[in-house]
Amino acid sequence: MIAAVIVLPILFSAAAWLVRNVRLRRRLWLTCSLLHVGMVISLVLQPPQPILGGWLAVDALGLLFLGIVSLLFLVSAAYGQGWLAQAHAGTAQGARDPERIFIVCMLFFLSTMSLVVLSHHLGLLWVAVEATTLASAPLIFFHRTVHSLEATWKYLLICSVGIALALFGTFFLGAAASAGGREGSLLLDGLLRLGPQLDVRLTRIAFIFLLVGYGTKMGLAPMHTWLPDAHSEAPSVVSALLSGVLLNCAFLAILRAYQICQAAGDAAFARTILLIFGLVSMLLAAVFILNQPDYKRLLAYSSVEHMGILAFAIGLGPAGYYFALFHALNHSLTKSGLFLTAGNILSVFKTKAIGEVRGLARSHPGIGWAWVIGFLAISGTPLFGLFISEFNLLGVAIFGNRLLSAALYLFLITAVFIGMAAAFFPMVQGRPEEGAQEKLPAALQLLPLLLFLLTFILGVHIPAGLDELLRLGAAALGGAQ
Amino acid sequence: MQTVIDIVLLLVLLSDLYLLSLTRLGAAIRVMAFQGVLLALLPLLPAGGILSLHGLIIAVSSLAIKAILIPRFLSHAAREVHTGLAIDSHIPYGAALLTGMGMVLVSFWVARKFALPVTVTSRLWIPVSLAAVMIGLLMLIIRKKAISQVIGYLVLENGIYILGLSLAAQMPFLVELGVLLDLFAGVFIMGIIMNHIKNYFDDLDVDNLTILKD
Repeated sequence: MIAAVIVLPILFSAAAWLVRNVRLRRRLWLTCSLLHVGMVISLVLQPPQPILGGWLAVDALGLLFLGIVSLLFLVSAAYGQGWLAQAHAGTAQGARDPERIFIVCMLFFLSTMSLVVLSHHLGLLWVAVEATTLASAPLIFFHRTVHSLEATWKYLLICSVGIALALFGTFFLGAAASAGGREGSLLLDGLLRLGPQLDVRLTRIAFIFLLVGYGTKMGLAPMHTWLPDAHSEAPSVVSALLSGVLLNCAFLAILRAYQICQAAGDAAFARTILLIFGLVSMLLAAVFILNQPDYKRLLAYSSVEHMGILAFAIGLGPAGYYFALFHALNHSLTKSGLFLTAGNILSVFKTKAIGEVRGLARSHPGIGWAWVIGFLAISGTPLFGLFISEFNLLGVAIFGNRLLSAALYLFLITAVFIGMAAAFFPMVQGRPEEGAQEKLPAALQLLPLLLFLLTFILGVHIPAGLDELLRLGAAALGGAQ
Repeated sequence: MQTVIDIVLLLVLLSDLYLLSLTRLGAAIRVMAFQGVLLALLPLLPAGGILSLHGLIIAVSSLAIKAILIPRFLSHAAREVHTGLAIDSHIPYGAALLTGMGMVLVSFWVARKFALPVTVTSRLWIPVSLAAVMIGLLMLIIRKKAISQVIGYLVLENGIYILGLSLAAQMPFLVELGVLLDLFAGVFIMGIIMNHIKNYFDDLDVDNLTILKD
C-alpha cells in the first residue's frame, strides 16, 4: 500500500499524457486524488510494515503530513475541474497543450510529495524534495507570460541552490553516521538508534546546511525570495498547493533533521537556530505585509510569517511541538482556502492589485464572505484552529521564561494582523465598480468555505484520533505531550 | 596514489578560480568540460589502488554527463543567444578573483578545524569541496547572464560531488547516482527555461528578469 500511494499518481500522470480528450484528462486528475485519499485512509486505519528495507515507512509525523497532502490535493483537484472549464472555455483545441502538461505535472507533483513524507532514508528524502521542485516548476509557468517566466526561473535557481546545500548537509550526516569505521547508512531509524554515538560537531554542520537548504524550500527568511514571486504568478490552485502542501513537506524534512539532532543529544543548539530563523521570518513577513499592494503577494508573505511561527514553535522546545504540528495542519487548510478565494477574485476582477478591488460583499457576496472568514481564520481569531496554536505558543513562550521572544512574537503577530486587516477590508467594503459582473460557478465559491469550516471545527474541538496522532508526532520529536 | 589524487583536486581548485576570471562564455564552458574529466578520474583512484565496479560506473556516468552532455548543451544554448564580450559581472573580474582566493584560504582554514572521521585518501578533499561550494555561490551572486549563473550552480554541485566521493567508501552508491541524475534533470529543465527566456528577450541577461519586486 505504501508503494501504491507513490506509484499510482505516476501511472495516472502517464495516462494523462496519453489521453487526448480534454474532459477525460481532467477527470483523471480528480479520480487519482480520490483514490489517493482512499489509500491514505487505509494507511491510517492499518499502518503497514516498512518496505524496501526501511527506506519507505509510515510513522505519526509522516501520516499527519500525508493526510494534509492528500486532502488538499483532492480539494484543489475538485476546484481545478471548475477552474479549467472556466479559464479555458474559449480556447481552441490546439491551444490546450499547456493544460496537458499542467495535469501531467500536477499528478507527478502528488507522487513526489507522497514520497517526501513516506521516505525514511535521508538520501531518498533529498531526491524526493528535488523532484518536487522539478514537478512544480512547469505548474508555475502555466500562464506562459514574461512574469511567470521570471517567477519560474527564480524558483528553479534558488530552490536548486537550496537543495544542493541540503545535499551537502546530508553528506555530513553520512560522515557522522559512518564515523569509527561503521558501515554508514542514512536510514532515519538507524541514525536515531545510533543517537549519542553520532559526532556532535558533524551533526551540527549537517543540521545547519539541512536547515538552510530545506529552509529555502520552506520559505524561511532570508532564503524566501522565490516565494512571493512564485505564489503570485502561479495559477491560484497551484499557489494553494505550494503554500498548503509543499512548504509543509520541506518543514517535515527539517523536522527529520531535528529528530536526528535530538537523538544525538544536541537539540538545544538546533532549537536556538530555529528560534532565530522563525523570528526573522516573522519580522520580514511583517515588513512586507504592511502596505503590500498585491493580494496574492500578501498571502505569500503571510505564508512566510506562518512558516516562521512553525520554526519558532519548534524552537520553543518540547511544549511547543504539539502546537507546531497543529499549526501546520490549520495553516495548510486556511491558506489553501485563501488562495482559492484569491483565484476567484482574480477571475472576476482580472487584477491582483488590492486598490482596484472594491465592494466584494455587494457584487459577489459568496467570495466576499469567504475572504472575510479566511482573514479571520488566518489571523488567529478565537474559535478558529490557528487561534489555539498561536495562543498556546504565546503561553509556552511566557511560561518557559522566554519573555523577549514572547514579546517579539506577540508584536509581530499584531503587526501582521493590522497589515492584513488594512488590505482585506477595503476590498470587501464599499461600492462595487461597474464591469466586474462575471459570475462564478457555486462549486468554486464553496470549496474554500469547506476548508474554512474544517479549521473552524478543529478550533472548537480536536477529534480524539487527530489528537492522538499529534501527540505521537510530538513524541517522535522528543516532546512529552 | 595519494599524489595523483592531490594533483587532480588541485587542478579542480585552479579551474574554479580560473572560471572567476574568464570573460568568454565559450572558454568557461570548455573549463567546465575539463573539470568534468577531472571529476570522472577521481572515482578511478581509490585508496588501495583496486578499481571497483562501483567506481567505474560512477566514473563513466560522470564523464558522460559532466564532461560531455552538459557542456554540449550549454554551448548549444550559448550559440543560440550570441552572447559576445559584454561585461557579465556585477563586480570587476579582478575583485571576483581576489574574493575567490580569499574563499580558498577560508576553506583550508575551516578544514583544519575539523577532520572527517572517515579514512580519507587525501587531506585536500574537504578544503577543495568547501572552496568549490563557496566559489559556486559567489558566481551565482555576481554573474548577470543566465548561462553564467548555471555554470556557477554547476561549480557548486561539483563541490558537493567531491565531498560525496570522499565518503564513497562508506556510503551507498545510490546517493551519488541520484546526484548525477538530479544534476542532469535540473540543468535540462533550466535549459528549457533558458530557451523560453531567449524567446522573450533575445538575450539571456537575468537583469531582464527584475520586474517582480516589492
